[in-house]
Order: sequence, then C-alpha cells, then structure tokens
Amino acid sequence: MTHYSPKYFLSSVAALAASLTFAVGTPAMAGKENNTLNVAFAAEPEPLDTYKIAGRQGLILARHIYDGLLYKDLDTGEIVPALAESWEFTSPLTMEFTLRKGVKFHNGADFTANDVVQTLNTVITPEYGTRYSISVDWIESVEKLAEDKVRINMSKPFAGAVEMLADALPIYPHDFFSENGSEGMAAAPIGTGPYKLVSQEAGIRYEMERFEGHYEGSPKSGATIDNIIVRTMPEMNTQYAELMSGDLDWIWRIPPDQAKQLESRVQIISAPIMRIGYVGFAPESMGGDSPIADKRVRQALIHATNRAAITDAFAGGASKMLNTACNPAQFGCEQDVTSYEYDPEKARALLAEAGYEDGFEMEMVFAAMPRPTAEAVAADLANVGVTLILNEQQYSSGIGKWRAKELPAFFSNWGSYGIGDAVFILSNFFGGGADDLVQDPELAEWLNVADTASDRDVRAENYSMAVKKIADEAYWMPMYNFNVNYGLAEDLNFTPHPDEFARWWISSWK
Amino acid sequence: MLGYISKRLLVAFCVCATVSAISFALMFMSGDPAIAIAGAGGRAQDAEAVRIAYGFDRPIVIQYLDWVGSALTGDLGRSIYFNVPVTEIIGNRVGVTLTLGVLSFLLALVVAVPLGIAAALRPNGWVDRIALILAVTGQAIPSFWLGLMAIVVFGVWYDWLPISGAETWQGYILPVIVLSYYAMPAMMRITRSGMIDVLATDYVRAAKAKGLPMSTVIFRHALRNAVLPLVSLAAVQLGLLLSGSIVIESVFALNGLGRLAWESLLRSDLPVVQAIILILSLLYVLLTTLADILNAILDPRLRGAS
Repeated sequence: MTHYSPKYFLSSVAALAASLTFAVGTPAMAGKENNTLNVAFAAEPEPLDTYKIAGRQGLILARHIYDGLLYKDLDTGEIVPALAESWEFTSPLTMEFTLRKGVKFHNGADFTANDVVQTLNTVITPEYGTRYSISVDWIESVEKLAEDKVRINMSKPFAGAVEMLADALPIYPHDFFSENGSEGMAAAPIGTGPYKLVSQEAGIRYEMERFEGHYEGSPKSGATIDNIIVRTMPEMNTQYAELMSGDLDWIWRIPPDQAKQLESRVQIISAPIMRIGYVGFAPESMGGDSPIADKRVRQALIHATNRAAITDAFAGGASKMLNTACNPAQFGCEQDVTSYEYDPEKARALLAEAGYEDGFEMEMVFAAMPRPTAEAVAADLANVGVTLILNEQQYSSGIGKWRAKELPAFFSNWGSYGIGDAVFILSNFFGGGADDLVQDPELAEWLNVADTASDRDVRAENYSMAVKKIADEAYWMPMYNFNVNYGLAEDLNFTPHPDEFARWWISSWK
Repeated sequence: MLGYISKRLLVAFCVCATVSAISFALMFMSGDPAIAIAGAGGRAQDAEAVRIAYGFDRPIVIQYLDWVGSALTGDLGRSIYFNVPVTEIIGNRVGVTLTLGVLSFLLALVVAVPLGIAAALRPNGWVDRIALILAVTGQAIPSFWLGLMAIVVFGVWYDWLPISGAETWQGYILPVIVLSYYAMPAMMRITRSGMIDVLATDYVRAAKAKGLPMSTVIFRHALRNAVLPLVSLAAVQLGLLLSGSIVIESVFALNGLGRLAWESLLRSDLPVVQAIILILSLLYVLLTTLADILNAILDPRLRGAS
C-alpha cells in the first residue's frame, strides 16, 4: 500500500474543490434543527487534563468543561473574576483570592477553597508532570485561609501570573482529583464549566451537553447550544464535504487557497491569532563561525526577502507582515523599530561590505511552515547570491538541531500559548536560555526586568528596548502573524478570538 | 512437514525481533522524542523533564531491552500521548481496521478470481479487455483520490451514503469498495497469468481430450495449480489491508490502526508505535507462514524443496 503524506493529499484539493463547486443539493440543517453543534478537528485531542495538554483541540474542549480562578475578556483586554470573586496582590509575591460561593461541579460537589488548594498544590509538583513548566513554575505553594479564601505564594516574580490564572489553570474537584489523579480526570472530566462531558472515545469522539447548573455571574455564561459533538477527521477534504452536506457546523485551520474556493458554499471567516512566523538567525551556531555571525549579513538577508509579497501570497486573510519579534497584539510588543524594506540592491551592497560579494551557501531548516514560504525565501535569497539549502523537518528535529547549535537559520513559528503578552515569546528566544542562540547579555537583562516587574510602564519600556535592539541587530527576520480560517454552517454565529480558543458558549444559531 | 513448519516459525521469530529492534532505533534517529513529546510550545527545560520522566536519558540499548523485557511478559506499556495502557488503545482501534481489511480482502478476492479465470479463458477477448482496464485504472488511480471522488458523488451529490465515520455499517461501504479496488488488480492479473500458463500444459489438454466437462477441467485440474502464486500474493495483500490503510482511514475518518500508527509516529509515542509494529510484523509473518504451509499442502513438490 502506498502511504501518501498528508501534504500530498492537498495537491488533490484544487481539483476536488473545483468539482465540488458544481455539486448539487442543498445543505441539511442537522445542527440547528436539534440545537447540536457538530465540530471536526483534524488532530486528535489529548486526554482532558488541561495541565498535560499541548494541543489546542484538547484545550478547547477542556475550557468548556473547566473554569479557572480568573478569566480574560479579550474584547476589553480586562481580567475579570471567574471562580474567584476578587483578588489582590498583598505583597509582590503573594496573591489572595476571595472565592465565589454557590458554585457547583458537574458531579454536584460544592466548589470550595479545598479544590483550589489541592488542585494547584498537586500540579506544581515535578512528579505530576505538568506539560508546560512556564504555566506553574512561578507558584511556590497555595494556602487555604478560610472556606472562601486562598493565598498563592509565588516562587518568583512573574508578569504572566495573572494571565495564567485566567482560564489556563483550571480547578478540579479535590475529592475526585486526589482519588483518581490526572488519568482519572481525563477519563471522567468534572469541572464547573458551561458544558459537561457526557461521553468520549478518547481521541475520536466527544459529546458535551450544556450544564444547567453553571454558576451565576460566570464570564462563560449564556450558552444557548444544547449539545456539542466533536469528531476527529484527519482529512480536510472530508471535512469540507461534511460541512457542505450539512453534517458539520464548525471546522477550522482551512488553508487560504482552499478557504477561497469554499467561500461560495459555506460561511468562511478569517481571524488573526497570536502565532507568528519567523526566521531565527544564530550567531552562536557552528562555533560562531558562520556568515550569519556578521550583522551586515543578517541585515542583507532581511533586505533581500520580499516578506510583504510572501505574506500576501501564502498567509493571506488577516495576516500582516511584521517588523518586531513578537505579535503586535501582545503587551510590550513595540512597533516602532528598525524596519528592513525589500531592497535587493542594498542587500548585495551589505553582503559585499561583509566580504561575501560572491554570496555563500547556508542551511535553513524549516518546520511547521508551509513549504512554499520557505521556497519563496530561498528564491529571494538566491537573487542576491545566497544559496539556501532547504531542509524540512519535524518541529522536534528542527528545534533539536537549533539547540545543538548546528543551524545558522531556523524558519518556524511560535504561538505564545495564545496569550497577549510579550513575556510568552521574547525571553524564550533572547533571555539566555537553550533556545537563545544570540546570547546577548544586555537583551537578557532587559527581558528579565520586563518579565518580572509589576509596573507595566517599566515592563513596556524594557520590552521596547529589547525589541528595538533585536531589530537593529537583525537577530530575527519576523515574517507574519498567522490567521485562522474557520468554515461554518451558514446559520451559525461564531466569534473567533486571537488566542485560538473557540468559545462555543457564545455561539448561537441565526 | 513438521520440520518444515518449525523452520518457518524460527525464521518468523527472527524477522519479528529484527523489525522491532530496527524500528526502535529509527524512532530515535528521526528526532528527539523528548522534544516531540514536550510539544511545539515546549521550552528546553520542558523537554529535559520529559527526557527524565520517560527515561530517554538512558542508553538506547537499555531502553530497548527494557521494552523487550516488558513486552515478553505481555506488558506493552502506556501510551505517552493518551496516558492509558497501549493494549487499551489498540483494542479500541483494531476493530475498525479488521472489519475494513477483511471485508476489502474478501470483496477483492470475490471479484478478482472469477474475473481472472474468465479473462484467461479467452485472452484478448472482451472480458479480458474489460478486466485489463479495471486492473490498470485500479493500479493507477491513487486511492485517496478515488476515495474523495466517491465521497463527492455518493455522499455529497446523491447523499446515499455517509461521508465519513464508522458509526453505522453503511459507513464501511465506500471505504471497503475503494480499498478493495486497490487490492484487486494484482490478484486478478496473477490469477489470469497463472491460468493461462496452466491451461496450456499437457495434462490440461489430456483432461480436455478425455472429454471431461469444462468446469471440471478448470476448477479441479487447472485452478489448483494456477492458484499457488495467488495464495502467496493474497497473504501479503491481506497483511497490507490489515495493517491499516493510512490513506483510506484518513479520508473516511475511520479511526483504525493505520492512522494510529501514523499519528503516534508524528508525536513520538514510542510505546504505541512499538506495539503496533510488533503486532503487524507478527501478523505478516503469521500470514506468510500460513500461505507457505497452504502452498505446501496444495503442492507436494514444495515440501521437499525447503
């Protein structure tokens, strides 16, 4: 049996979509008729313990089932109360929360301080194996002060703490959780959220039902859809067919060219997200002995790449070309930085100045980026005499080579966990850690101040200095912010958000 | 015969052991599993934690022997991705693949053998021509394309059959037809060429000259010899079909073994990948061994040869 790669499938899409255009028959309205939202994901959701999930699919389901202490209203940018009624910093390293009363879990248990204390104290232990250490490693311990009061003691100042508490760290029922652990939670998720899970075939099919007992005053209240059925359908073409025939109401991550072809048949919306594409340059790689170690070469490479054209051609929709090494929607992402316009002449001059008038050859690994974007970069660079040896790899292999300092350039993307704060991107690449192949102590220091200060002005000022220097030194070639195309049933109201968390509790039928 | 069988089984065991060792090594060569498991947003320290938690920091030989030791006691480990025993996941998925594979195999066989015989009886006749067209198109059309076209026509245009999923038996109709269409040509062509060769032999001419009815000549005398290569081929085809078609399972959103293997490879879920490879290599070896034994029963000459 020939095994085609998923990419190979896509080449058939143009032909298929063209033929679908002539398809007859009217879409059924299965979803609206029985007030059931039918959803498909291409990737299998992970087990529904939020603390162990990396993929958006599982996290989206989890956010319908569980609640955090706080919630971020992305329309206003404000952090609002959720399971906690109010909160305050009682010292730079302690936060106190007053918990909401009368909140019930899906199994009928009352929500109390014990749930908060037990959940958070469990997931911060190394043995628990929380997926992203950045999400919990700032918590030292959690104490119960009263039935409705808890205190979080922080292990270090962390500007992202409040963002993390806003729905990224859900609270589990302590009795059930301490008895059954992560595995038990995933097998029988019990939360306080607007939907409860009624059945699941792990990775294949999930059925959720609106939770009538969801607490008053919740930022996730007001759900109108009774049932949500989520299925895994790996092949996008199959999803399109199901959407058009009315058996699906919600799909996402439709490639731009296909979104265009589907537009006449279904509702397509495009929305920008936190993820950005970038080419990272590594002056530290290969013992610091590569052309990329020369600032003029890095600048030349950016001048030589027609990023605006690449953005338009391959990202499309709501995507914009970037000059700063973060997402413009993130706090601290200063936009007033050195920009490098497309200018091959200038690029050639800079290369000549650096002693590479005849160009040079260099490897660039790309991972989780569409091949045409990488090929377009290579074609632009070939124009000024730089030969890119393109090498497509899995993200894990690519970043492994990067960390081993074997790559002068790496073309990939970063999602910042969907959070609108530069703390979730800059330090990872420029803060002096394993992914930082610039190792600029000044940058690391600014970022450290910005990541830990509680004063927003101090933070903004330090991030600003950092991103200006990153641009001046041309450490990164920022490409564009990603967008997501959603395919929706014609009669579905759905509002996308830049954090890539679908909120079906605010969806409704037209 | 017993010696023959035990020799075959020994070879079978060696094949399984080699396959599992190579696949284990390949998993590590294709990238750092710790980074893959830590995920796309994982920082270096997250990957480090994973490395220690799952023992990837140990020498690969130790990790392999560790796995072999558990596997021999029937413990295939836990899936890293799903955090449940591997046997449970495979148990959930194997049914779909078995149903799809066996049905496709039977359909292919039921169509291919009679068509192959009919084609051999009158080479270059109209039956032969039609069979040839079927074989060439079946071999040439990529199965994912055929699957998508079947979806468009029968699922979207006419709405006769479900587009995807295995929730009802109707969901199997399209994938079984598409998959069997892929498996059929080789079986049909080999039946045809086998029959043509056998029909030209002296003993068949003698049987005809004796005045035996045509059906007796074909089914009792000719087919038994013509079918030998088909048995070997069919065993391999059945193995292929049972190992799960990633393509067909993906197109029709059937959650079987093939897709599980593919997805597990991408997310470096080593225990699942190793278990599937072990099961599939056992299956292959079992099927080819059975085919060899069946051939030995059908053809006494083969028993002496090995």
